[in-house]
Amino acid sequence: MTQLSSTAETATDSAREALVARLTEVLGDAVVGSYIKPGLDVWVRVRTDAWRAAGHAVRSHLGMDYFDFLSMIDWLPSPFGKGEDDPTEPPPERSTEVVQGYTGGDTRFQMLARVMSSSSHLGITLKADVPDEPFAVDSWIPVYAGANWHEREAHEMFGVSFVDHPDLRNLYLPTGFEGHPLRKDFPLLARMVKPWPGIVDVEPIPAEFDQDAAEEPAEEAST
Amino acid sequence: MSMLSVTVPYWGQSIFRVVGVLLAVLLPAGTFVYVYLFKMVSFMQSRLGPMEAGPYGSMQLLAEVGKFLQKEDIIPERADRRIFAMAPIIVMVSTFVLFIVVPFGPDAVFHGGPQGITAGVFLALALSSISVLGILMAGWASSNKYSLMGGLRAAGQLIAYELPMVLSVLGVVIQAETLDMQGIVVKQNSGSIFGIDWLGNPYILTQFVAFVIFMIAVQAELTQNPFDMPVAESELVAGYMTEYSGFRFLTFFIAEFATAGAFCAIASTLFLGGWGLPYSWFGWSADSIGSVGNWMNVVGPLILFGKMMALGFVIFWVRFTYPRFREDQLQKFAWKVLIPLSLANIAVTAILKVVF
Amino acid sequence: MTLMSDRNQLAYIAAQAADSRVNVEIETEGMTLNIGPQHPATHGTLRIVARLDGEQVVWAEPVCGYMHRGYEKLTEVRSFPQVTTLINRIDWLGSFANEVPFILAAEQLMEVEAPPRAQYIRTILFELSRISNIALFLGDMAAQLGAVTPVFYAFRDREYVLNLIEGATGGRFHPNFDRIGGLKDDLPAGWIDETKAVMKKMRNFCDEMETLLVGNEIFQHRTRGIGIIPAAVALQYGLSGANLRASGVDWDLRRDQPSPMAWNKADWKVWTHPDGDSFARYWVRLQETRESTRIVDQLLDSLPAGSVMAKVPRIIKVPEGEAWVSTENPLGEMGYYVVSKGDTGPFRVKIRSASFNNVSISSWVLRGVYVPDVITILSSLYFILGDIDR
Repeated sequence: MTQLSSTAETATDSAREALVARLTEVLGDAVVGSYIKPGLDVWVRVRTDAWRAAGHAVRSHLGMDYFDFLSMIDWLPSPFGKGEDDPTEPPPERSTEVVQGYTGGDTRFQMLARVMSSSSHLGITLKADVPDEPFAVDSWIPVYAGANWHEREAHEMFGVSFVDHPDLRNLYLPTGFEGHPLRKDFPLLARMVKPWPGIVDVEPIPAEFDQDAAEEPAEEAST
Repeated sequence: MSMLSVTVPYWGQSIFRVVGVLLAVLLPAGTFVYVYLFKMVSFMQSRLGPMEAGPYGSMQLLAEVGKFLQKEDIIPERADRRIFAMAPIIVMVSTFVLFIVVPFGPDAVFHGGPQGITAGVFLALALSSISVLGILMAGWASSNKYSLMGGLRAAGQLIAYELPMVLSVLGVVIQAETLDMQGIVVKQNSGSIFGIDWLGNPYILTQFVAFVIFMIAVQAELTQNPFDMPVAESELVAGYMTEYSGFRFLTFFIAEFATAGAFCAIASTLFLGGWGLPYSWFGWSADSIGSVGNWMNVVGPLILFGKMMALGFVIFWVRFTYPRFREDQLQKFAWKVLIPLSLANIAVTAILKVVF
Repeated sequence: MTLMSDRNQLAYIAAQAADSRVNVEIETEGMTLNIGPQHPATHGTLRIVARLDGEQVVWAEPVCGYMHRGYEKLTEVRSFPQVTTLINRIDWLGSFANEVPFILAAEQLMEVEAPPRAQYIRTILFELSRISNIALFLGDMAAQLGAVTPVFYAFRDREYVLNLIEGATGGRFHPNFDRIGGLKDDLPAGWIDETKAVMKKMRNFCDEMETLLVGNEIFQHRTRGIGIIPAAVALQYGLSGANLRASGVDWDLRRDQPSPMAWNKADWKVWTHPDGDSFARYWVRLQETRESTRIVDQLLDSLPAGSVMAKVPRIIKVPEGEAWVSTENPLGEMGYYVVSKGDTGPFRVKIRSASFNNVSISSWVLRGVYVPDVITILSSLYFILGDIDR
């Protein structure tokens, strides 16, 4: 199945546009941005304080009864690159500009959630800015009970707090783990310990195999 | 002993008895383990089983015994040491003692006195409930939550299934008019059913319901699938046996299979005619046991062994096929289905006995 | 026989004792049991902490993370082809199926589509990994319930499917065969006939499981009415795959979500069951396995000729953008949210794995059941630890 026919394309387009229209109607100016990829998906960004209201809206008014996932994106480019830096060289210059993706945004961190409808089989991806102070959003548990584990994981991986979450403790990481691993400024320790091989040989060259032309003929004569 | 024409002194007889009991217990256990546990289950599961030790893996059991005996004796720190050590012995003892009541031939019986054990059936059923104590002790003394749960489940299950066992045997006793095991064997082999002489009167034909109930109760008494909640491998790891290793585990293991052998022997004695062949084949009379040929003392145990293997086959076949019952379903089955059925069986047997 | 007043007194005391046993949350009143992390029943290192009252569970909480490998962090330092090697190992029993949604997301961003032959072969391998994964489940759930024999048949028949996957891709468990733009290689000679023969064997296997287990009264007693999950609760928690269909929701991403795979080229049926109990989950998976064999047969018959790789540059740089693709994996709905910044590797990959949501419902569904039922329910939800923990 290759490209959809133009009528089908417009058909799904109009379905997704109808979703955005309905959501804007319910939430008003809390809908800050939207983006539709025709035939594929729809993204909507809402204001931070309307995060839970957006959840209620999509569940009650858009018929999205299926909870897919909830997570975060850290838009800061990684200061460690790909962990392939030569440790003997000074670290290269890297851009630290925070550039968000679809539907824009103003903050480094953004919430990301996706819900679907079991009847119309359409889904909608919701995003929201998360300010650095206070680094918290409302919990989605009153809307979808399944958000519990996803919010625990986002909390331990990024450090964001969820207001009204009954039991915000670590899901994967041991208790007492310091740091939030999925943030870009948290290094991938495996690459810090041993940089990606093939770029540089970290072992220093032993003394007898030194590239000294004067010594070589003398050594060969002696062996 | 008048079996041989040589008079054997008393100490000789005692040695014979001890060796006899050991053989009687360990041979069926060993054969059951090898034939059924190693080979039959493997073939049923489309694999070969142990093949390395000896030809076709026949020495595997010896290898396993040696392996268990040389292991370190580990007792958990918080376990009750004396009870922990006593539990497997109690289970083993109840198995050994169970074989005393089984007659192996017209004269090859473990006499308790000049008349022998006249209430063999009663004794057998009473002795079989000693193992419940051992299992409970094992579960409690291990200081392990899983073992405790296994022990408690076992206690409930074993006590519940004793009743159907006892009640189903009562039907046989009514029909044979005696509690003596030897007498039951004689009655079966010398009797006739519907005037047909050549089959004898094995009580499986008339007491079919009792036979089925007895086999189900035996399956439960051995904590085999579908009644193996106490040893539910996927939940409790090994139930009440979790903390046992080395020779203590070996004791439990041998006791389990020896008990299977014992119950199969008792079942074949009660329902299939024990060591005997129908008397009409040889023209023996039912009145005196001496009329049975002396060669039956050698052939009898073999016949009993064969019948035991047949029943063991059924037990292990069911074990490897069915999933297990949940504890409450198990209890429901015993109290609401098996006991009323066996009571009904007794009633019907009694009525038919009086009428016919 | 006691007098009426004595009997009343006894009843009162008994009622008080029972109340105090259940209402008071003192440690000594119940037993806290740790099921796992090393335990024969859990498919890997999952730990369930259960507070018991006799044999009944008062509350239960799964503790996962013993196998957390940090995949989402690892994908940030890898290039796109390298990520494929990594994500094979999320659901290791049906591992080809893990690669597909990621590759589709990358292809969506690159606006490249695999040629038709590649799409068909991808779908066939996808269904083969479903068959091998669910065949193990069919035997394994029986083993959890105590029937020790069907699991051997499951492993034996699964070997045929694994041999097929190895013949086509070179790896039994971790094929790493999907590439952006198509597949690594074409099928070897004779593979198609071999696959058809194996599909017949798998159909026989499904029939065997049906007679051995589905019709068995004890199995029915153990699974019917156990762990009922209503459809509304299932949707709230994001339960997917056969678990959702066993609660009566008629939703299969293969049929309902348009994707460049070949599922709509075959004629097949979506199986649902209205009950939502453990038996329904087992039954739906059994029927689905049979249905998969039919899909494979039909796709093999209509396999188009052509190349298996589209024209893609040698060093793959995926343009900037975000894409979400999810497919109906053997365990449920698996999806990847890929964020790319025009680099050779992804910027962020959010892996939505099915078992994560499937297990998150455990604390809801395990209240008030017996300890043996805990095992039944968990094995009927069917999770793989690598899928939960990523």
